[in-house]
Amino acid sequence: MDASQVIFILSAALILVSALLVVTVRNLIHAALWLIATLFGVAILYVLLEAGFLAVVQVVVYIGAIAIMFIFAVMLTRRDLLDKVPQTNENWPVALGVSALALVGIAFIVRGFVFSLDRIAAPLPENSLQMLGDALISPAAYVLPFEVASVLLLAAMIGAVYVAMNKK
Amino acid sequence: MQNPWMYVGLFLLVGVVIPIAPILFSALIAPKKPNPIKQSTYECGIETVGESWVQFKAQYYVFALVFLVFDVETVFLFPWAMALNAQNPVVMPAFVAVEGIIFILILLAGLAFTWRKGMLEWV
Amino acid sequence: MEFWVDPIKVIFEWLMLTLTGWGLSGELAVVIVDLLGIIALIMGAMLLDIMLVWVERKVVARFQGRLGPNRVGPWGLFQPFPDIIKLIIKEDTTPVGADKLVFNLAPILSLASVIFLWAVLPLASTIVGVDLNVGLLYLVAAGAIGTLSIIMAGWSSNNKYALLGAYRMVANMVSYEIPMVVALLIPTVLSGTMSLKGITLAQSNVWFVVLSPLGALLFLIAAIAELGRSPFDLNEGESEIVSGFHIEYSGMKFGLFYAGELLHAFTFGAFIGVMFFGGWQWPLPWGEKYALVGIFNVLAKGMFFYWVIMWIKYTVPRIRIDHMLAFNWKFLTPLAFVLLMVTAIVHALFMNMAPWLYTLAMFLANVLVGWVTLEILRSNARKQRVAVEAPQPVAQH
Repeated sequence: MDASQVIFILSAALILVSALLVVTVRNLIHAALWLIATLFGVAILYVLLEAGFLAVVQVVVYIGAIAIMFIFAVMLTRRDLLDKVPQTNENWPVALGVSALALVGIAFIVRGFVFSLDRIAAPLPENSLQMLGDALISPAAYVLPFEVASVLLLAAMIGAVYVAMNKK
Repeated sequence: MQNPWMYVGLFLLVGVVIPIAPILFSALIAPKKPNPIKQSTYECGIETVGESWVQFKAQYYVFALVFLVFDVETVFLFPWAMALNAQNPVVMPAFVAVEGIIFILILLAGLAFTWRKGMLEWV
Repeated sequence: MEFWVDPIKVIFEWLMLTLTGWGLSGELAVVIVDLLGIIALIMGAMLLDIMLVWVERKVVARFQGRLGPNRVGPWGLFQPFPDIIKLIIKEDTTPVGADKLVFNLAPILSLASVIFLWAVLPLASTIVGVDLNVGLLYLVAAGAIGTLSIIMAGWSSNNKYALLGAYRMVANMVSYEIPMVVALLIPTVLSGTMSLKGITLAQSNVWFVVLSPLGALLFLIAAIAELGRSPFDLNEGESEIVSGFHIEYSGMKFGLFYAGELLHAFTFGAFIGVMFFGGWQWPLPWGEKYALVGIFNVLAKGMFFYWVIMWIKYTVPRIRIDHMLAFNWKFLTPLAFVLLMVTAIVHALFMNMAPWLYTLAMFLANVLVGWVTLEILRSNARKQRVAVEAPQPVAQH
């Protein structure tokens, strides 16, 4: 085993344990903090896959914005609502069925895959970021998705405003 | 040269360990004489009334959501900014700039919409 | 002679030779040498931090017409050491109902998030912890950890004031982060790289502050907000919420928050120097060749901008939360995006022309954007003044 395999095993363990804690911990803020640990573990995985840009984006967007929004939303709720309600609602058998189905599906997809710790990400070319930028703007590649992403974000923003207006 | 991210990983580890050191040191030599008054919540000398988890205006959650959208957007803009300086450009630089400007303008329209609907007011 | 050109490299090579001479494998030796380098760098930052306590106290005293510390050592220079001893031997109290783990984690993360920044700070052309190709985003990511630590501190203290501080921190974050990231995009557009070393090298002919003075100003404002310093120190707000998020912290844990704040301000000062004022290359001209001169240049710029940030802190009163949100969303964010768009288009049109023409066009574009902004603000102010001064309907008797 070399260093990257050890790091992979450690971060995978971090992801799994903290993800389990996210759904089992009663205290919602703790759940959000464990979620941050999960997301950070995913960032480490991105680094192991030589995707440094994605790793930093993971920290900036998921930890820096989304997870903090979660904590903030929990802080805005009432504490007495949190600790007394049951952790599952009556739909839990359905959810269990769907997740079991998803597990089977994933197992079906990866059944031919050889699992091995020897698989190491191919090293990226030096100017990978430049290539990403070129791909985003060249008409032959992804310029349309790039602009459509903006429209999607616009829709998200309008949705947020609309929800907030309805409350009044 | 080795992988730069290994250095970052080491740096993060040491960076977390070093602040722990003074706390541990202080825990060893500082006195510990707790009593209920000393450990009560500080509220300018007044007894704490009710839960300390108070409600706050939910209104500026809207700001947070709009912020989130812009945060995601800026991630797209960094590769764009780098493509603007490409050594052997795929397309004309001016065209690249216009693409980015369209991207930004669409989102600024969202900001203008939020503004017009009065969601940027602190009521 | 070679030692004085780049002492760090010489020491690094000597250590590598010694370690491999002991029979260690090359990889392990690199890790050990890296580790030693990291510890040395962070210890250097911590020493600097200790001196910043003295600088902060002395400068604020001067701003307020006092003498400041002047008893311990010459000019009170050794004042920080008694301060630290006092912090260490203070009893550490934890309030009832506090969430112990989160409560203890918060100050550690708070200082660590600042230390993380030093990993990418280019001190000289050859002395940079690591030259990440996503250096600018790394800056924002480390800031996210800092924000998180303040929210954790505010929530876990089980104190109303601290919780208010945490809420205000979120308000602070949603206000500054977008303008800051857009201000970071401007050096990226100008230099075509996100690596801080690349940005410094791109400024060898002309500083980015000349190409984009408005961008530098925007970054300074956003940086002050990120630092949580006055006028954006809502999350502390001594006079309203009694220092907010760290109200329940005592002893060394408070000390970590304090140290983090000072070092954060200095580090951001250094980053302003690196991103807009040429980094290690000026004001002493030998920064490119001699590593020590480069370090001096970067630290001198850091100290200067630290002083500017202090100057603003002790001059401007705290801003109100609604004003802060309005200032950001109705002024800073639109301005930052307009500036980015103008910079991008001017850059695309003039990048292949003569350097002086490019510089002139960029500078004039900034002046134009600034002038139009001022005109819009002026007409807006005029409108508001008319609305206020309009004769109010007199009550009928």
